[in-house]
Amino acid sequence: MARPPRVYSAPGDVIETSRPVVRVSRYRGYTRLNHWVTAISMIVLLLSGFAFFHPSLFWLTGLFGGGQTTRWLHPVVGLVLVASFFLLFLQMWKLNLPRREDLDWSRRIGDVLAGHEERLPELGKYNAGQKMVFWSMSVLIVIMAVTGVMIWEQYFPGLVSIPVRRVAVAVHALAALLSILVFILHVYAAIWTRGTIGAMTRGTVTGGWSYRHHRKWLRELAGRQDSGEAR
Amino acid sequence: MSQQTAPQPVTAAANPPVQPLASNLLATDVVRISATREVPAPTRQLTKVAKLIDASKCIGCKACQSACIEWNDTHPELEENVGVYDNPHDLTPEMYTLMRFTEYENPDTGDLEWLIRKDGCMHCEDPGCLKACPAPGAIVQYSNGIVDFISDNCIGCGYCVTGCPFNIPRISKTAHVSTKCTLCSDRVAVGQGPACAKACPTQCITFGPKEQMIELAEERIADLKSRGYARAGLYDPQGVGGTHVMYVLHHADKPSLYAGLPDDPRISPLVQGWKGPAKTAGVAVAGIAMLGAVLHGLFARPNEVSDEEEHEARALVDAAARGNDTGRAAATGRGADAGRDPGKEA
Repeated sequence: MARPPRVYSAPGDVIETSRPVVRVSRYRGYTRLNHWVTAISMIVLLLSGFAFFHPSLFWLTGLFGGGQTTRWLHPVVGLVLVASFFLLFLQMWKLNLPRREDLDWSRRIGDVLAGHEERLPELGKYNAGQKMVFWSMSVLIVIMAVTGVMIWEQYFPGLVSIPVRRVAVAVHALAALLSILVFILHVYAAIWTRGTIGAMTRGTVTGGWSYRHHRKWLRELAGRQDSGEAR
Repeated sequence: MSQQTAPQPVTAAANPPVQPLASNLLATDVVRISATREVPAPTRQLTKVAKLIDASKCIGCKACQSACIEWNDTHPELEENVGVYDNPHDLTPEMYTLMRFTEYENPDTGDLEWLIRKDGCMHCEDPGCLKACPAPGAIVQYSNGIVDFISDNCIGCGYCVTGCPFNIPRISKTAHVSTKCTLCSDRVAVGQGPACAKACPTQCITFGPKEQMIELAEERIADLKSRGYARAGLYDPQGVGGTHVMYVLHHADKPSLYAGLPDDPRISPLVQGWKGPAKTAGVAVAGIAMLGAVLHGLFARPNEVSDEEEHEARALVDAAARGNDTGRAAATGRGADAGRDPGKEA
């Protein structure tokens, strides 16, 4: 008998065990590696970028072996991030498309923060907040990549005129600041919502976590179980 | 052996002293340092100096370029003649000053005028490069007005290019540091004027205290006006607080005639905004966000999954599995709700 098609889940999402607790695979090893390459690049970029952002943070260049090395490293790691994030994007964009329930969820953001999830609509793999993080980062990374190349002195010194460079450098700094805020939101939400980190470390979350936060996703996976596996 | 301190230079024409002299341009004479807010107050104020370039006296011989190359020991590449007199084609990391030639047909007189301008760092009183620079100590300004790049601290990012209203700094492809005219700070330090001024055969380039240079310029302007250049004047643009390299121009009303010399240079508002309080505000916003997250994490209740929810989940999964055994069609939503009571399941 054919399994129901995936609407709320990605390939690889599967209920692994149901005893002693339900464990659900949320991210495959490949996706987790991809995520952490992106995360490490992002952290290197934030630290090195902060060094150029404000004189009081220039000492951060010491982490990378001095100002010259940091100046060289930042755009190179930027390329790594762009490539890495692009692969993540390919895997995640579809489930991050907005759905009707996202509007309802956003309206009840107070209940989200207060932990009254029972008042929220049932959700697929991602809630509106996660989608917001995903799309903000996608847009900001594109902006930073484009403006970053424009101000990449070592390889593209004459790519754009100096007046355009002035715009690019200001936009790059502003986009970077916004991305830092999104980054903080992303990391904080993962920590505040207990049980989330495991999704990106061991790759699984508990059934209760899925039931509480992403019930439609859990239902779909439950409906797709192999009967042999359901002990 | 005590070394005598060099005098402050008053002219480039005088021959240099022959006895060894100690530098008279000291670290304590620095009034501004890039990416550094607290600069120790200098103990003395050096006489403000300036280089005056009289475009009406220039014969385009490029002796200044040669002298610059020789003194600074740079090695500009040999280039091909592409039909203009400019050589090299532009300022480069190895060429700090450049004669720019413009052929101008004066609509008032019908004359073809050959406007020659010696391009190079203007040594702004309010330097855009210094404002834009992220590396502490890579750009300094001395109390005599000289703006100097300290290569040891330069990281080669090119922000000075963004900040400069005159398109002057060039980043070396080999050393990865920014370079430009130093106003021969190393010569000025020992009581000599810049090499270009020393070499200039027509005294088109002169050097000395800025006040004297302005007086000299006024004499020259009066002379030019008497000879029909009614709009002759001094180029000492106030948009950047005045400069320590000034021009006497026959057409001071239209500086852009001279190979695009900016009519009203000023530090771009974009650079001001990017480098001004916006940066501090940005760091503050990021800091507050981080602090807020930490505080919320410490004091707010975490969003935890309850045991009940774990039971509910298992019930849902088990029910769906049973449903799958009997037929998948009904398994998605309603089937799971049927076995919902966690008490009975557990």
